[in-house]
Amino acid sequence: MKNLLVVLSIVGLLFTIIPPFLVFSAVIDPATSKNLMFAGTLIWFTSAPFWLNKKS
Amino acid sequence: MSKSTSLIAKLNAINEYEREPIPESKLKGWKKFIGTYAGEHTAGTEFVLGPLFVAHGATAVDLVSGLLIGNILAVLSWAFFTGRIAVKTRLTLYFQLEKIAGSKFTLIYNLVNAGLFCFLAGAMIAVSATAVGIPFNLEMPTLTDVLPNSLGWVLTVFAIGTITTIVAMFGFEQVSKFANIAAPWMIMVFIAAAVGVLPRLGINSISDFWPVAQETIWSGVPLEGQSKFTFWHIMFFAWFCNMAMHIGMADMSILRYAKKWTAGFSTASGVFLGHYIAWIASGILYSLFLLESNNSLTFAPGPIAYEAAGIAGAICVVIAGWTTANPTLYRAGLAIQSINPNWKTWKVTLFVGLFTTIAACFPALVMRLLEFVALYGLILMPLGAVIFIDVYYMDRWGLKSNYALLSGKKLNPAVAFTWVLTLAFCLALNLFAGIEIFFLGLPGWFVAVIAYLLFSKLLQKPITAIPQSKNPLVEKALN
Repeated sequence: MKNLLVVLSIVGLLFTIIPPFLVFSAVIDPATSKNLMFAGTLIWFTSAPFWLNKKS
Repeated sequence: MSKSTSLIAKLNAINEYEREPIPESKLKGWKKFIGTYAGEHTAGTEFVLGPLFVAHGATAVDLVSGLLIGNILAVLSWAFFTGRIAVKTRLTLYFQLEKIAGSKFTLIYNLVNAGLFCFLAGAMIAVSATAVGIPFNLEMPTLTDVLPNSLGWVLTVFAIGTITTIVAMFGFEQVSKFANIAAPWMIMVFIAAAVGVLPRLGINSISDFWPVAQETIWSGVPLEGQSKFTFWHIMFFAWFCNMAMHIGMADMSILRYAKKWTAGFSTASGVFLGHYIAWIASGILYSLFLLESNNSLTFAPGPIAYEAAGIAGAICVVIAGWTTANPTLYRAGLAIQSINPNWKTWKVTLFVGLFTTIAACFPALVMRLLEFVALYGLILMPLGAVIFIDVYYMDRWGLKSNYALLSGKKLNPAVAFTWVLTLAFCLALNLFAGIEIFFLGLPGWFVAVIAYLLFSKLLQKPITAIPQSKNPLVEKALN
């Protein structure tokens, strides 16, 4: 379960960081990038608290 | 367990090893400090400081080189000053200072520290307010504003201040955990937001970046009413913006847990993410705002981040401001409480929160954050110099270290005079020689070192009777 949450969190961070690089490369438009970043934010904050800072 | 009992338990946990050296079993490796510092130095202040370099007309070359050298000097200060002394003593700044300067002096130091904490927390509440106000179309403050510009601004600040205060009263641990969780995401948002707006600045390939950085982003022209920043301003600011923590020794509280003094180099993670990448990123965002608003004097990190990164950007500003304001407010409460430990923590925090919220209504606190951060470090720096000399050089001069502890004095006048004289010297340099606040820390440190040695030579008396001979700390200090 923890591994799945870690993977989800990484996906969240990737959704936050990659879209602006795609805007820079003219692959997507800024509005799509902002939506994807918001999705990444939601994924991060709904997955990271369950494993980050937790003692295994 | 009731809430009040739980809170007391939390406070007890925080006070662990406050008055004794850290035991061997509790020491931590350098990796732990990399995470701690990376989280601590990517904060709400970064949304303000990066743009202020743009407003002060820094050039691209000065910014990149000044931040690089200044940050390296800061890391070296953390390692060679704070790290070495923290590992040698294994004590907090507060207890070390109490042994040197006495309990009454530490009380004064705590009060000054608490006041500075309140203003820093206030600035961060104001930063959060600029993001919270977006849906309400709030009129944002400008760079030259000193007083609140609208009732809406005051109400927004009070709403955030109230929430921050309530959370500080009851939930420090949760906020601390939340800040740790938010830290990796925040640095991503900083970088992402800046990269996303590059095409709007005319940067469509990597080779475009440097010419645009020089001509548009950090053009070297200060905004109306702002002083001009040179390489030296930037280098000294990057070095001294955390002066209270490294040369001022506040981070002894953190680095005393380090297995080796070299853990001080771990601070590089924080300064190069927060004080390099994040400042450059937030500067890029502000520069775009200036370009598209025809050099508007409005200064509001919230709308700027929202424009660049959408809702994620606005959330980032709120979280960054709030997670900085909250623990700062909590620490200010604890410092005030040291006047009378019988005062209820929640009442003290409520009072501190009200004071901080009122301060946050004044936009000048945000607009002059560069100066405030420099002043914060400068005020606390002389005590770091005192600790440095006391730990390393008192014996060589035939003087006693930990004089307050050994003599039983509650206020070591040598420390008090050193503090006052150093700050008076810095003030005189500022007023009569026109030297800006960013440059005062370096000469001030040497004055503090010399003053403490001279005052100690003049004022230390031979310790004939040991007033606290049964105190194991005294015996240890004598041996």
